Amino acid sequence: MKMKTFTAIALAVTMAAPPAFADLVFPSLSYRTGPYAANGIPFADGYEDYFKLINARDGGIGGEMVKVIECETGYNTEKGVECYESTKGEGALVYQPLSTGITYQLIPKSAADGIPLHTMGYGRTSAANGKVFNTVFNYPANYWNGASAVVNHLLEINDGDIKGKTLALVYHNSAYGKEPIRTREELSKKHGFELTLLPVDHPGQEQKSQWLQIRREKPDYVTMWGWGVMNATAIQEAANIRYPMENFIGVWWSGSENDVKPVGDKADGYKALNFHGVGDDYPLYDDLKKYVYDEGNATGAGDQKGTVLYNRGMYAAMLAVEAAKKAQEIHGVSDITPQQMRDGMEALEITEDLMTELGMPGFGPSFKVSCENHGGPGLASVNQWDAKAGQWKQITDYSESDMDVIGALIEEDSAAYAKESNVEEACS
Amino acid sequence: MIYREVGDFKTTYRDDGQTFPIHFDRMRYYVVLLVAFCVVPFIVNDYWTNAVLLPFLIYAIAAIGLNILTGYCGQVSLGTGGFMAVGAYACYKLMTSFPDLNIFFCVLLSGAITALVGMLFGLPSLRIKGFYLAVATLAAQFFLVWMFNKVSWFYNYSASGQINAPERTLLGYKITGAETSAPVTYLFCLVLVVILAIIARNLTRGHLGRSWMAIRDMDIAAEIIGVNPLKAKLTAFGISSFYIGVAGALLFSVYLGAVEVGEVFGIQKSFLVLFMIIIGGLGSIFGSFAGAAFMVLLPVLLKNVLVGMLGWPTDIATHLEFAIVGLLIVVFLILEPHGLAQLWRIIKEKLRLWPFPH
Repeated sequence: MKMKTFTAIALAVTMAAPPAFADLVFPSLSYRTGPYAANGIPFADGYEDYFKLINARDGGIGGEMVKVIECETGYNTEKGVECYESTKGEGALVYQPLSTGITYQLIPKSAADGIPLHTMGYGRTSAANGKVFNTVFNYPANYWNGASAVVNHLLEINDGDIKGKTLALVYHNSAYGKEPIRTREELSKKHGFELTLLPVDHPGQEQKSQWLQIRREKPDYVTMWGWGVMNATAIQEAANIRYPMENFIGVWWSGSENDVKPVGDKADGYKALNFHGVGDDYPLYDDLKKYVYDEGNATGAGDQKGTVLYNRGMYAAMLAVEAAKKAQEIHGVSDITPQQMRDGMEALEITEDLMTELGMPGFGPSFKVSCENHGGPGLASVNQWDAKAGQWKQITDYSESDMDVIGALIEEDSAAYAKESNVEEACS
Repeated sequence: MIYREVGDFKTTYRDDGQTFPIHFDRMRYYVVLLVAFCVVPFIVNDYWTNAVLLPFLIYAIAAIGLNILTGYCGQVSLGTGGFMAVGAYACYKLMTSFPDLNIFFCVLLSGAITALVGMLFGLPSLRIKGFYLAVATLAAQFFLVWMFNKVSWFYNYSASGQINAPERTLLGYKITGAETSAPVTYLFCLVLVVILAIIARNLTRGHLGRSWMAIRDMDIAAEIIGVNPLKAKLTAFGISSFYIGVAGALLFSVYLGAVEVGEVFGIQKSFLVLFMIIIGGLGSIFGSFAGAAFMVLLPVLLKNVLVGMLGWPTDIATHLEFAIVGLLIVVFLILEPHGLAQLWRIIKEKLRLWPFPH
């Protein structure tokens, strides 16, 4: 049968791929194609470049070379599963899929295989409860921190009172976009603002009706939970209806150069959250230039350095490397296993001194992970786009989010998961 | 030489009417089954099951379903993704509402619920045909996806709108959830595929299948010779949706484990299954398998060759993958409009005459 021939060829091909062991393997489930590629590329480049730097400058982590296996997911969950299965046999230490949909798929698999999952600023928010989600981490900040941070920012600019204000949420109609809604609803009860929900369907190029509604209802503030092509489209639509940009605030996934640049000068003043530094004014970039770029080793086209998402990819890689170092320190071996990596992540502590030592002073908040808290401190800052200079400017400090509201929601949601999947709450 | 009827004498009507009348063909079929049941479960690993075999088996069920409707009854449907979503959400609701219900029956019941929904959306087919029906089923696709996104009862009011398959066992083996083992999930899907394929094959050979084909070939003539179009079309929609619903339920519960309706059951899924039956061959059960294998295996194969062996950048490989699959679809439509199944038929004809072609 035809199918048998195909299977035979496929079998031969997979068997021919040589398995590699000795190295520390960090798979990069990236997406350089499809409607989310504009955001997927810089993250993947930053992620890989940092590992290249570690290999070239330090000779790997604790003497073990790092190997990055890239696998294209196209932001598609089925391909994500295939990527997970094809890379886990190579000794993958930690997965960072950069997709909430794929994260949901991988959470049970990661628990079963004991391979940690780091979903930095995305994924399932209640994974912050490490008692239930043993192998999943989402430090340093999660969606609900973001949802609260936006509201806090509004409170700040309105002298602490946003009663009766109207707030629209334009969101990607998927698990990703729906995550903040529950927090927002709680916050709207607490602070007395009105919430309008405007879902945008995948991939997000069609938003005319949503913005027509905004034009008609004139909400005081518009917030956005978008990704990929949806971001630029929304900002363009906002510019078209002359919505005041400084009242338009995106989450950290809606605040990269690729989102605002297509709109040009009209995007000036658009705000977005962030949980790490922007720009390339860090000593680390000198090392990157010396060891990676000048060697002609930059990943991809090499034109993404210093952008928000490139920095985020780099930050993700940095946290992974520090966790690996921690794991080596705890277990006294250099060739760590995924389970040991998990222990390293749970014991991770990022201090100001450490960041300065790594060449990233003030790049992110300092925090400490523990078994009870896999979510970090949840600090976020607000950035504003300066179209003339072509740069994001950080306009606030890293500030706390409303943990009273979020903590209760995390408890509730993780308890629901624990019940659904028969997980015992425990801290080892 | 091979595939010849010579010497294969039939002495009863029963023998004469069997599915594979040629002795060699029958033996080949038993060998395939033997390998699938007795050899493959012992050699599969997680990667093989989750990346290749499960999607192949599940899409084969969906392709058989759509083939019944489009290939045998001639009713074009673009609602496959939506009907798969019905199967998935029905399965989820059944799994969570009745935790003690056996997963096997859960999947079959999801198929039955989808059959009802399919018949409902099949009602317009009594009035409209061809392109117009395609548009009506397209509306079903968008409506169903919208509904599963909008009505939070379907996803048990979870914050993210995702549905997650809880752990369920069958005879003590874990079928769904995280800690399943590769051979178990494979065998579970394989059993369903084999049962459903045998039923489909026999349905299409019997009275019902003949009435579907009569409607497909010319509905007015069929009506004149006494085929009831209401019954034929609605049974086609119902049975087709049953298969598609089972495929959707398996895709969600056994294969993916967590599903988000817009992303997994969008319009692209409808097209994917439609491509499968076009490439595989309309009106052929074997074609459904061949088409599913082609569409599932080719991208994995290309990826492994381009990225795994040649070491190309992943983005170029993916773009090339799109181009190659697209090109192959066009080539197939031009060179062999009847699909892989027709190629197989030609090969069989050639083999009968070989080595004396004249």
